[in-house]
Amino acid sequence: MIFLRLAIKSLISRRMTVGLTIFAIAMSVALFLGVEKVRTGAQASFADTISDTDLIVGARSGSVQLLLYSVFRIGNATNNVSWDSYQDIAARPEVDWIVPMSLGDSHRGYRVMGTTDAFFERYRYRGGRALDFANGGRFSDLFDTVLGADVASDLGYKLGDPIIVAHGLESFTEHDDKPFRVSGILAKTGTPVDRTVLISLEGIEAIHVDWQGGAQRPGRAVSADAVRAMDLTPSAITAALVGVKSRLQVFRLQREINEYPQEPLLAILPGVALQELWGIVGVAETALIGVSAMVIATALLGMAAMIFAGLNERRREMAILRALGAGHTTIVAMLLLEATLIATVSAALGTLLLYAGLWVARPYVDAAFGLYLPINAPTIHELGFLLAVVAAAAFVSLVPAIRAYRMSLAHGMTIRS
Amino acid sequence: MKENTAINAVQLRDVSFTWTGRSPFRLDIEDFSIASGETVLLLGESGSGKSTLLSLICGVIAPEQGDIQVGGTRLADLSSGARDQFRANHIGVIFQQFNLLSYATALDNVLLALHFAPERRGRIGNPRAEALRLTDALGLPDSLVINAPASALSVGQQQRVAVARALIGAPALIVADEPTSSLDADAQASFLDLLFAQAKEANSTLLMVSHDERLGARFDRLVDLGNVAHVERGQAA
Ligand SMILES: Nc1ncnc2c1ncn2[C@@H]1O[C@H](COP(=O)(O)OP(=O)(O)OP(=O)(O)O)[C@@H](O)[C@H]1O
Ligand SMILES: [Mg+2]
Repeated sequence: MIFLRLAIKSLISRRMTVGLTIFAIAMSVALFLGVEKVRTGAQASFADTISDTDLIVGARSGSVQLLLYSVFRIGNATNNVSWDSYQDIAARPEVDWIVPMSLGDSHRGYRVMGTTDAFFERYRYRGGRALDFANGGRFSDLFDTVLGADVASDLGYKLGDPIIVAHGLESFTEHDDKPFRVSGILAKTGTPVDRTVLISLEGIEAIHVDWQGGAQRPGRAVSADAVRAMDLTPSAITAALVGVKSRLQVFRLQREINEYPQEPLLAILPGVALQELWGIVGVAETALIGVSAMVIATALLGMAAMIFAGLNERRREMAILRALGAGHTTIVAMLLLEATLIATVSAALGTLLLYAGLWVARPYVDAAFGLYLPINAPTIHELGFLLAVVAAAAFVSLVPAIRAYRMSLAHGMTIRS
Repeated sequence: MKENTAINAVQLRDVSFTWTGRSPFRLDIEDFSIASGETVLLLGESGSGKSTLLSLICGVIAPEQGDIQVGGTRLADLSSGARDQFRANHIGVIFQQFNLLSYATALDNVLLALHFAPERRGRIGNPRAEALRLTDALGLPDSLVINAPASALSVGQQQRVAVARALIGAPALIVADEPTSSLDADAQASFLDLLFAQAKEANSTLLMVSHDERLGARFDRLVDLGNVAHVERGQAA
């Protein structure tokens, strides 16, 4: 134990260089753990975007593309699904429920989605959680709208506020003759629903009855009141979420939709498509992990360099120990112990830094990116990583240790400078 | 242990050792011995190989040929680890200066000697009390010994701590390499008084190196290294 005590005192006596080294390693450890946390958090919240939906159906395109526009509101559908096909699918015996989605319009940068009340019942996220209303409720009128949490908070909308839907995603033409009214505001979900303006499928139809191409038909405008009397069954939708009665039927239904003779359609399994998409995003993630691992390696090499540079000044210390009867292995062990102590303190400090950082950044990250970073005890995986850092530190310190061994072999008890 | 003659504390026969490197140095010693309990002052000018001889006796470096015995044990018979252990158990070493680990307390410095030396440790009941007894006898206040890092001590105080460390557990041989050269004349005298008193009490043999002949009066014997050793120097590269 006297050795541990002496090693600690020796480190303390060099507190400036040792302190900086510890800080560098601690920062790199915190960075690595942080990246890892963000990565797993992102992956989890990514995979949590949609759950309990068995199939997503859209016009034939790529599965990632379909997932992107139907779930993440990114990109566009190249084609629609005709209302007849939709009804055909809805009527199939395997189908338990189906939720239509009609996309294409926007409101001040947020996407507008036409759907039915079924969406509020059926859309699930984070392992089966249902949507909640923070305020108000579902559509009770043709021109009612329900806002996602971010839309409401970013644009400062309250219940009853009027909303004008713009035609298309980036156009300045607005359906300003048919304003909507906020009937409900959803609670925050951390999914793209937060950034969506929901209106009824009939609402979408209503604002488009008198439009053709990108503009209102001149002289044929239909007033908001008049449109209520019209048949507002849509002629097409963009995509649909499907739940089946028995999971065993998923693949058969998928195949039948994909081979639907009347129209080229695509049905995807959300989980598989999410994984495929994460595989693309994951390249960046791997690069990030790689970079933070390099940062750790750099910090550890810095430590080895520090110990190495200190050897010359410490020849006296080693000569004393040799004279007292310390063997060469004791000298090596002393330096390994030193590196291990440095790395252990660094790992502990790095973990502390991580938790402090998480604690400070979490509300911000959650608000800005909808990314929920859990603060929990270190996982086995993380503890293993910390252990690996300590082991790696001992390993790189073999370089100065072997040098010290050589020095103690080549010198007598006196120090020649 | 051999049965015939009284065992010498130190005995060298036909020893040669070479420092290789930029300025090679070769030391040959045909015959040199110190009787048990003897106090010897080894004289020699700077660079004559005095410290090298001490390193050989301590087994920190090994001769190319020849035989070195300490207390009847042939160092060449021991593995390098066993030689380290042997040195810890049987030899107390004092350097010219910077004897102590500067970050550790004087007490820890003294106790560290026992850490490697189970035989010396075995002779003592309570190491801490024994260390304090020695430092007391050497005129060092307890508070300084227990609490202060060694770097806070004066040079003279540090040398006295080094004596306590060399003597604790009563090793058979004390080897001191110019222990007084960093002290002024007064301090030298009192240092040597203390060293001799404690070495006598521990029944230790004392081999001390100096290039100051005036210290010789206290010792049983004076040896000039020039008389026992043959030195060869290579060309400086
Ligand atoms: N570790 C070493 N490596 C290489 N050469 C050494 C080493 N130690 C000593 N020497 C050489 O051996 C020679 C004798 O050195 P040594 O230290 O034994 O002399 P010394 O008599 O103790 O001198 P001083 O009175 O100055 O202490 C010197 O020429 C020195 O260059
Ligand atoms: Mg010398």
